[in-house]
Amino acid sequence: MSEFLQHIVNGVSVGTNYALIALGYTMVYGVLKLINFAHGDVYMVGAFAGYFIAHAIGVAAEGYEPSLFNTALVFVGSMGVCALLGYLIERLAYRPLRDRPRLTSLITAIGISFLLEYGFQLPAWAGLPIEFPPGPSPRFFPELFPRTVWLEVWDVAFSNYDVIALGTALALMLALQFIVYRTKFGVAMRAVSFDPNSAALMGIPVDRVISITFALGSALAGAAALLMAISHPRIDPLMGMMPGLKAFVAAVFGGIGSVPGAMVGGILLGLSEEMVAGYALSSFRDAIAFAILIGVLLVRPEGLFGRRTSEKV
Amino acid sequence: MRALRSLAPFLLGAPVFWLVQCYAPPTLAIVLLMAGVNVILAVSLNMVNGFTGQFSLGHAGFMAIGAYTTAKITLALGDPAGGVPPWLWSNGVFLLALLAGMGLSALMGLMVGVPSLRLRGDYLAIVTLGFNEIIRVLIENVRWLGGATGISGVPPYTTLVWVGLAALATVVTAQRLLCSTHGRAMLSVREDEVAAEAMGVDTVGYKVRAFALSAAFAGLGGGLLGHYILLVTPKSFTFVKSIEVVVMVVLGGMGSISGATLAAVLLTGALELMRGLDQYRMVMYSLLLVVLMLARPTGLFGTREIWEFWGAKKKKAAA
Repeated sequence: MSEFLQHIVNGVSVGTNYALIALGYTMVYGVLKLINFAHGDVYMVGAFAGYFIAHAIGVAAEGYEPSLFNTALVFVGSMGVCALLGYLIERLAYRPLRDRPRLTSLITAIGISFLLEYGFQLPAWAGLPIEFPPGPSPRFFPELFPRTVWLEVWDVAFSNYDVIALGTALALMLALQFIVYRTKFGVAMRAVSFDPNSAALMGIPVDRVISITFALGSALAGAAALLMAISHPRIDPLMGMMPGLKAFVAAVFGGIGSVPGAMVGGILLGLSEEMVAGYALSSFRDAIAFAILIGVLLVRPEGLFGRRTSEKV
Repeated sequence: MRALRSLAPFLLGAPVFWLVQCYAPPTLAIVLLMAGVNVILAVSLNMVNGFTGQFSLGHAGFMAIGAYTTAKITLALGDPAGGVPPWLWSNGVFLLALLAGMGLSALMGLMVGVPSLRLRGDYLAIVTLGFNEIIRVLIENVRWLGGATGISGVPPYTTLVWVGLAALATVVTAQRLLCSTHGRAMLSVREDEVAAEAMGVDTVGYKVRAFALSAAFAGLGGGLLGHYILLVTPKSFTFVKSIEVVVMVVLGGMGSISGATLAAVLLTGALELMRGLDQYRMVMYSLLLVVLMLARPTGLFGTREIWEFWGAKKKKAAA
């Protein structure tokens, strides 16, 4: 029983992480019909941004007193860096290609993804105040606040890390749900997603909506990276590759373009991965997501929450 | 006469490759060999990404199948039997093993292609990538295939003559495919899938055929590579390898056989010149992809071949 409960806890914790990344995929796909391959690497950049900010404000220094303000500063700073990066990627790499065939944008996205992954592995430039690019060897994320056990049920310890991660992730998802369905910007975003040309004719600034969508999604990826880095402090330039791909699978699973779908898809993927890896075949962990993807695309390509669209000539 | 014409490239090519193998300095021979393998990979990926306009990111998976099959067979049949001279035995076994590797890769291509080629565009890209990862994880978990450490001690059968002839075979197959009924059907799928279907072209069928053929030659490339580096590991066939091949095809121009060939040779040569700057390799590839897409999304030659450019110039001059 306690083993089962432990798997559930781990699965939900990995799953919320996938869900937060998947939200970025699903929103971008909703407005642009583009798989933003570089999204997983924005996640990686978020972890490194948090790392550098934490070092700059002295979190790793001797005798650091944990404070809520500093933790919030790391989170907001890192989400800001990611939002800026997402905006820049869209502005410089995707916007010039928007009228070209979709394959062109996909290839560009792959290019950006590899540029971030391998650019971050280069040796550090001289003369910068921080060690950037960080190089290929893994870094350890400093401890923002100490880990304490809050609750113990059937030998399964729930630490403050688990609770805070889950709480933050849920709060961010609710905030996003509010933005998409209850604000003026959300209406504009859904209109662009429905039909960009008509939306433009109705006076919606399509370019700005797409920019903000990218910034929002990237900020969520940054938050996901920090939530992950707090409990698994090993960060390296390739850390975004697998979570990025799996979060995409989660988005497809839930129905790409649907915000609740991405959340449910992410948590279900995290749970199924943890269950299969825990009880059956631990070394097949990385293949499970892709098996799910192939199954979903064959059986129900629109995903759990998606709407089937017919193709028009 | 017709048979002679199809054999001519090989009859002409074999002595040339043999002479190069005997007299080229070792470093040049290595570069040429790698270039040849890359030509095989790029031209075969071009059959899917160029001819039918689909986007596969799983080429390395098929390379892996070819490499493992070939290595298993040559290791099992290592010692000459029945009084056959060793050189004949090793080359014969290698030929058999390569053909078996191609066959198995094609079969796998068929199995992957039938379900996934119903999907379009970016979904297909992700699914092929997924299959690539699944193949790699499966290999890592099978002890008979050496698990994560792979198979070492593969016999050094790959020579410049083998690679040259295999590259020629790939290019000739691609060229003759393009001029055939099947090739025309594939091009029609690329140009407009809906229109092609309306004209009675079995679009999924042709996509699957292109995919299987492409997988077969990827297996050939993988087999040759394995018998050159004498080691077959799952790490050599991650999707980073697939992306490298995609870069070559995109640089040459999707759909251009000579473009893919030239891009493969150019990139291999450029990497050799950049030796020691290995960490910049993937950075260069990714920058190349982004800049190409922004500045010249058709690649060097688009869908045309090199010689078509000379023809076009002459026509302009005449007019």
